Amino acid sequence: MTVTPLGIPRRLLEFTVDGAPVRVPEGSTVLDACRAAGKDVPTLCQGDTLRPKNACRVCVVEVEGARTLVPACSRRAEPGMVVHTDTERARHSRRIVLELLASSVDLSTTPRAAEWIEEYGAEPDRFGPDAARLDEEPRIDNDLYVRDYDKCILCYKCVDACGDQWQNTFAISVAGRGFDARIAVEHDAPLTDSACVYCGNCIEVCPTGALSFKSEFDMRAAGIWNESAQTETTTVCAYCGVGCNLTLHVQDNEIVKVTSPHDNPVTHGNLCIKGRFGYQHVQNRG
Amino acid sequence: MDLHFGDSKPTDEERAAVDALLGPPESSWEGAARDEMRTEDLRWARGGRRARERRDLLLPGLHAINDRIGWISDGALGYLCRRLTVPPAEAYGVATFYALFSVRPRPATVLHVCTDLACAAAGAQELGAGIESRLGPGSGVSVARSPCLGLCERAPAALAIRAGDPVRTAVSAPATVAAAVLAATAPDSAPEEPPAALAVPQAGDPSLLLLRRVGVVDPASLDDYRAHDGYAALRRAFALGPAGVIREVTDSGLVGRGGAAFPTGRKWQATASQPDRPHYLVCNADESEPGTFKDRVIMEGDPYALIEAMTIAAYAIGAHRGFLYLRGEYPRALRRLEHAVAQARARGFLGDDILGQGFAFDIEIRRGAGAYICGEETALFNSVEGYRGEPRAKPPFPVEKGLFGKPTVENNVETLVNVVPILTMGAPAYAALGTGTSTGPKLFCVSGSVARPGVYELPFGATLGELLTLAGVRDGLRAVLLGGAAGGFVRPDELGIPLTFEGTREAGTTLGSGVVLAFDDTVPLPRLLLRIAEFFRDESCGQCVPCRVGTVRQEEALHRIVARTGADAAGDIALLREVGRAMRDASICGLGQTAWNAVESAIDRLGAYE
Repeated sequence: MTVTPLGIPRRLLEFTVDGAPVRVPEGSTVLDACRAAGKDVPTLCQGDTLRPKNACRVCVVEVEGARTLVPACSRRAEPGMVVHTDTERARHSRRIVLELLASSVDLSTTPRAAEWIEEYGAEPDRFGPDAARLDEEPRIDNDLYVRDYDKCILCYKCVDACGDQWQNTFAISVAGRGFDARIAVEHDAPLTDSACVYCGNCIEVCPTGALSFKSEFDMRAAGIWNESAQTETTTVCAYCGVGCNLTLHVQDNEIVKVTSPHDNPVTHGNLCIKGRFGYQHVQNRG
Repeated sequence: MDLHFGDSKPTDEERAAVDALLGPPESSWEGAARDEMRTEDLRWARGGRRARERRDLLLPGLHAINDRIGWISDGALGYLCRRLTVPPAEAYGVATFYALFSVRPRPATVLHVCTDLACAAAGAQELGAGIESRLGPGSGVSVARSPCLGLCERAPAALAIRAGDPVRTAVSAPATVAAAVLAATAPDSAPEEPPAALAVPQAGDPSLLLLRRVGVVDPASLDDYRAHDGYAALRRAFALGPAGVIREVTDSGLVGRGGAAFPTGRKWQATASQPDRPHYLVCNADESEPGTFKDRVIMEGDPYALIEAMTIAAYAIGAHRGFLYLRGEYPRALRRLEHAVAQARARGFLGDDILGQGFAFDIEIRRGAGAYICGEETALFNSVEGYRGEPRAKPPFPVEKGLFGKPTVENNVETLVNVVPILTMGAPAYAALGTGTSTGPKLFCVSGSVARPGVYELPFGATLGELLTLAGVRDGLRAVLLGGAAGGFVRPDELGIPLTFEGTREAGTTLGSGVVLAFDDTVPLPRLLLRIAEFFRDESCGQCVPCRVGTVRQEEALHRIVARTGADAAGDIALLREVGRAMRDASICGLGQTAWNAVESAIDRLGAYE
């Protein structure tokens, strides 16, 4: 039986979001409060299983008394705070951030990106045809997953998942600086020469599809990837006694991708190479 | 941590460079040769946390390799990682963060030619081209265009660094093609730099407080420093006690001189009262704002004053370890400070029992490696700790969680040296200087179109015009840049602006780090703005989107309108305003937040594209 630790009861604190009072447990972020209040604040680099990095700045909100806008994902709620999520100022920064990203990065597989670009009236083309882009080619150096850094928004989630927050493998880092910064293994070598253990926990947290299963990458390239035709079945990994939960994504009776529920109190969406990629035997139909 | 190291091996020289810093490896787990059987090689749980706690030696280790070899190879990086139990991917991320390091082979000698604002106005472009054609291909010298080298009073400037044991450096400023080439090809026989006092036109004036000893004392002599009232302030501090020192500093009205103008006494008090231990003191000597060189002049001309001031600050906040983070492009300041710290330690002015008062404090000097962003206070912490120099989210603030996650006071060099006169003359006398809200003296770095460029000390409240007259401003003044690249331009008809924090704020500009850069009408303004934009694009750490991509879009737009005016530029100016507003509002740190300031002021105040 899994016991979910409840911890000591937390005090509720009260503050204001868009003119309405909200009450959240102490330690909550502004984003937690906004979501509890039903506000749709966009996020990209925020991860439900990771500590906030507040790198993308698409979740900025206005807090009265603060000189600059405040990232909702990382700022802890304080009693008496007065937060505005939808002011012209906040919307302006969100729109520019979306324009800056969409004009330099391929957001075609980022969930909700197109919807937000429309909602905020972003025009990524306004920087002209010569605007610098990442211009990266997909890196296909192993049979399990592909790193398509043309889609990378540098959210640091894969680095954090690979590092001390989950996997403790430390195979990847951000290398370089500024616009030239990229996710890389040491000496920017192929993955096969690195410390990577192919757990795929970086794919699990990637918000843009820059990291994807080779199966998904190939099917997208062939134009046959069809999420609406997929079923998701959550089951238990049969490899060892830990009993991690797997969610099998199946299209045309073939497993095309494996994820893991983030709310699992033991694994928090993390798997090992066997659970993540070791499913081929299931579909050997001889 | 189950670390994976590649198969690349270090050369003997690379190994020697790392071992010179860390000592020989104790076992083959740390990379020692497996040529003999050692009991240390038997597998048992050792190292662990103790080894990982040496992560802060990563940056010194990278310096050691780069200084000896000139670049950092796979094998050298792998060996350093083994010695420090650092994941190679992370170390690679750190090595590629800094402009002074290279992870690709390059010649042992690199000649950094400053192309920043003051040097650009003094012909840096022609200088760089001339040097390249004189050296020709295969010269064994790599020429690099560099951001501000902090030698603006002697523009144009060049800095040669030749890797070896020991590493050699030579400065050529004001540089000619012949002098810069000589510095690069024969750094040992290049002429010695002029004394720091030449950067202080007021040198010898007895009314000076901060620059009083520059050019008067021998910067290598502790005795000479003591003969000129040195260590009187520390004795007074011991007499007052830590709380008394904080009270004096608070009463003096001293505020930070790095640009943010935060009250120093409040910062010290907030740190001193934290129950979490240890407390740290950090001196921010990563002076990289284009046009700024005051801290260099103090460190080169009066290094013991900084050491005394750091000791006083540490005593006040209860810190026993202090870090002095010096920018990597200041070789002479490094030599002077290293010597001064060693002397002070040998004579009991640093160490376990300072002046027999039972107070223990010591200073470690850490070198930056070419990253403007590391002057941001939390980025500096990450840099010292051996991580990429990316700013942290605030809160928590450094007074609560700073260096190594502990309560930390971080002050700029100029802020700290103000503490010495505060204690010797007393808070009331100090507070009587300047204006009511900006107290004491202020250092200004005047360069550009003036007859006597250099560091000037004036009490707060002097006007911009008075300062420029003192420096001998030349005819045909077109614009004055206040506060450096992160500051703003003012017009020649605004010279009545009082040089105080409140005065510049009221005038809609900023004092910043004290840069006063004068440009005459021969300097094409759009080119200047483009250089500022290039600077921010190069120096953005890349962590947040508004700054990482915004600085690129800003530069692109300024490129498009470099030769346009009026309606032809209007569309791009509107674009710049929108991107600039988002950078100011939504960037993580001051770099992105100020990256559009100078451009905006040039458009609005100077009418740059009209």
